Amino acid sequence: MAIVKSKNEKNRVWFAHLFLWVFCAAILFPLLMVIAISFREGNFASGSLIPSDPTLEHWKLALGMVVTHADGSITNPPFPVLLWLWNSIKVAGITSIIIVALSTTCAYAFARMKFAGKKVLLEGMLIFQMFPAVLALVALYALFDKVGQYIPFLGLNTHGGLIFAYLGGIALHVWTIKGYFETIDKSLEEAASLDGATPWQTFRMILLPLSVPILAVVFILSFVGAITEVPVASILLVDVDKYTLAVGMQQYLYPQNYLWGDFAAAAVLSALPITAVFLLAQKWLVGGLTAGGNKG
Amino acid sequence: MDLTLESGQSLSTRANWIKWIVLTLISFVAGYAVVLMYAQNETIFALLTLVIVASGVVIFAREDTYSHRYIYPGIAAMVVFIIFPLMYTIGIAFTNYSGTNQLTFERVQKQFLSKTYQQPNSVYQFELYQLDNDQIQLHFEKQGERYSTPVINLSASEKVTLASTTLEKTGEKAPLRFIIQNRKTLGQLTIISSDGFPLTMSGLREFSSTTPLYELQEDQITLVSLLDGSVLKPNMETGFYQNIDENGTFVGREISPGFVVSTGWDNFTRIFLDKGIQGPFIQIFIWTVIFAGLTVLFTLALGLVLASIVQWDELKGKAVYRMLLILPYAVPAFISILIFKGLFNQSFGEINQLLEGMFNLKINWFTDPYMAKTMILIVNTWLGYPYIMILCMGLLKSIPTDLYEASAIDGAGPIDNFFKITLPLMMKPLTPLLIASFAFNFNNFVLIQLLTNGAPDIIGSSTPAGHTDLLVSYTYRIAFEGGGGQDFGLASAIATLIFIVVGGLALLNLRVSKNQQA
Repeated sequence: MAIVKSKNEKNRVWFAHLFLWVFCAAILFPLLMVIAISFREGNFASGSLIPSDPTLEHWKLALGMVVTHADGSITNPPFPVLLWLWNSIKVAGITSIIIVALSTTCAYAFARMKFAGKKVLLEGMLIFQMFPAVLALVALYALFDKVGQYIPFLGLNTHGGLIFAYLGGIALHVWTIKGYFETIDKSLEEAASLDGATPWQTFRMILLPLSVPILAVVFILSFVGAITEVPVASILLVDVDKYTLAVGMQQYLYPQNYLWGDFAAAAVLSALPITAVFLLAQKWLVGGLTAGGNKG
Repeated sequence: MDLTLESGQSLSTRANWIKWIVLTLISFVAGYAVVLMYAQNETIFALLTLVIVASGVVIFAREDTYSHRYIYPGIAAMVVFIIFPLMYTIGIAFTNYSGTNQLTFERVQKQFLSKTYQQPNSVYQFELYQLDNDQIQLHFEKQGERYSTPVINLSASEKVTLASTTLEKTGEKAPLRFIIQNRKTLGQLTIISSDGFPLTMSGLREFSSTTPLYELQEDQITLVSLLDGSVLKPNMETGFYQNIDENGTFVGREISPGFVVSTGWDNFTRIFLDKGIQGPFIQIFIWTVIFAGLTVLFTLALGLVLASIVQWDELKGKAVYRMLLILPYAVPAFISILIFKGLFNQSFGEINQLLEGMFNLKINWFTDPYMAKTMILIVNTWLGYPYIMILCMGLLKSIPTDLYEASAIDGAGPIDNFFKITLPLMMKPLTPLLIASFAFNFNNFVLIQLLTNGAPDIIGSSTPAGHTDLLVSYTYRIAFEGGGGQDFGLASAIATLIFIVVGGLALLNLRVSKNQQA
């Protein structure tokens, strides 16, 4: 390590700071802009980054309140944003709980047991996971149309059906958790099984409590994945009241009904909780992403 | 000790009993459902249920498949929601399934047989007279002749015969509103005319005699029209019923609705030979490869450089920079893409306002193919670089620092370090991740769907196709966008081709990462 910093080195640090400042400004411009737009009057007005005449009308509409203008006219909220947010959180929450359960048991067997077809299954899962659901939408539609005839709450236009459809996407999570299990020492489990514990007991009492960090990572990743999924949700959900955010937000920007200001407020409102969760969990996520990435 | 062992055993025998009862119950319910589906001609779904339930029952019943019990739920979910839709899609690729040909042959034939036509000279005008609450009487008139029904009860649908009459009408003439309100009940009335034809309500003011339009012949497929005696046969190549002449050749136009028939490799040959499809397909394929390649290149360049800078020990405030740089990844993509859609808007968008104010430029982001493609690459780089940066930050830690120390002694600058140490050492672990990123962007449907929806359109294409469409969004539009009729068969054929490309990439990826582990 160079102990005396050369002038050259100092210049480089300054240059790096300058570069990062400019770059961050460019990266953050769209996000700052949309926050500014959410406080602007009307849906078409232009203006600077700091609005000259800030108004809360878009935010009131996004929160589902009726706005009364100065001239007495009334604007009703165009879309039930809070309901969509709740739908999204509900669907994504239940989906990720089930996905965590499914992929941990799967990963346990793959990491600790020997059985026929293990390698083929593991690699097959990874390959099939890469086929995008968009291409099989006709088939998925037909499938849920059929399922709905026998089990109505899992059919088309139900949140149950949507959750069900998301359960196929577990392969990457299985690989991530399997990789984590393999880093945990087997000796504790071997001791437990010598004392007469069944494999299920060693899994539940020993391995699971040790794996909480990676389960949290998988939970957050599948949560974000389910919240941001567009094509399957937009084919399965029909009623505006059933929409998730990812389907609903598109409704704001149709050329014939262009609600730029209302969209901005709704976008900031709905992006905030998701972004906050992601940033809070960032540290673990980075670890989980690289761990999963290295393996697959 | 003995005691606990015994109670443990009795517990496990009880659990065993419960297990067998549950398994038997599941088998029976599922078996019934399978038979039901099979009877309704849903062979594929019956087969799917059979495979899933049978394998589940076997795995949980047998002792030597204990390990498989752990993977069964996950694998079953993958089979139902990924592998089955995939097979189904490939199956559709070999049929003419589309907006005009949606039903099975049996259903279409049933529809033809339920078609009726109105007998000429059988229209009776009617007036409804209300006598008492539910008591009504209908008075008919045809070509000056008057007929009446006996007094009938509205709530009981009965069969009544008309009689010729000259009597005065009694009771109160019901207004049209009453007829509309009781339309359904009146529709169920069958009235036999005096010459013996059944009459049903055919309008708000008339009853008429309708009879089936087609009669099924003995071969169970040929239909003969009772109106003009023409003969219809199903054309098993196009999937439509069509008129035939005396020699048995198909003449005249196809009669809707069509039915699904197998068309062999037709959809695939259409992709490569039909001028209106082949041109856009090749153009879109090339753009898809360029788009995915450039995205990987740009995100890699930005991500790796930023990761190197942010990991630099001399730099203060690294945590803040890292947080700000990850932000585009933390905002849900569907929201940021829509934000960009608004910002790039040609008339009201902030980006064009800025460019106009500063350089007096007005760029057609959505109508000029090249500018649209540029915009898509800008947005996708913005969305994608943080992921590569996160991966690189993790991988950079594994490069031994003494390499940099040695190069510092040799007097190398940071640029030399980057190209001679960092890049070569990073490429190997990054390759499988970059292949995965390429495959993901090859199928980046959400970006295109939300940002441009393929605009601007390619002129001269016989299917909906745009300059910025990727193969996936092109496929989606063929299947779900109206206009030229939803062509599920063709869309599935293209989807099958994409499956092959993606499958190849996945295998390549697996091989590359295996080589690294070895």
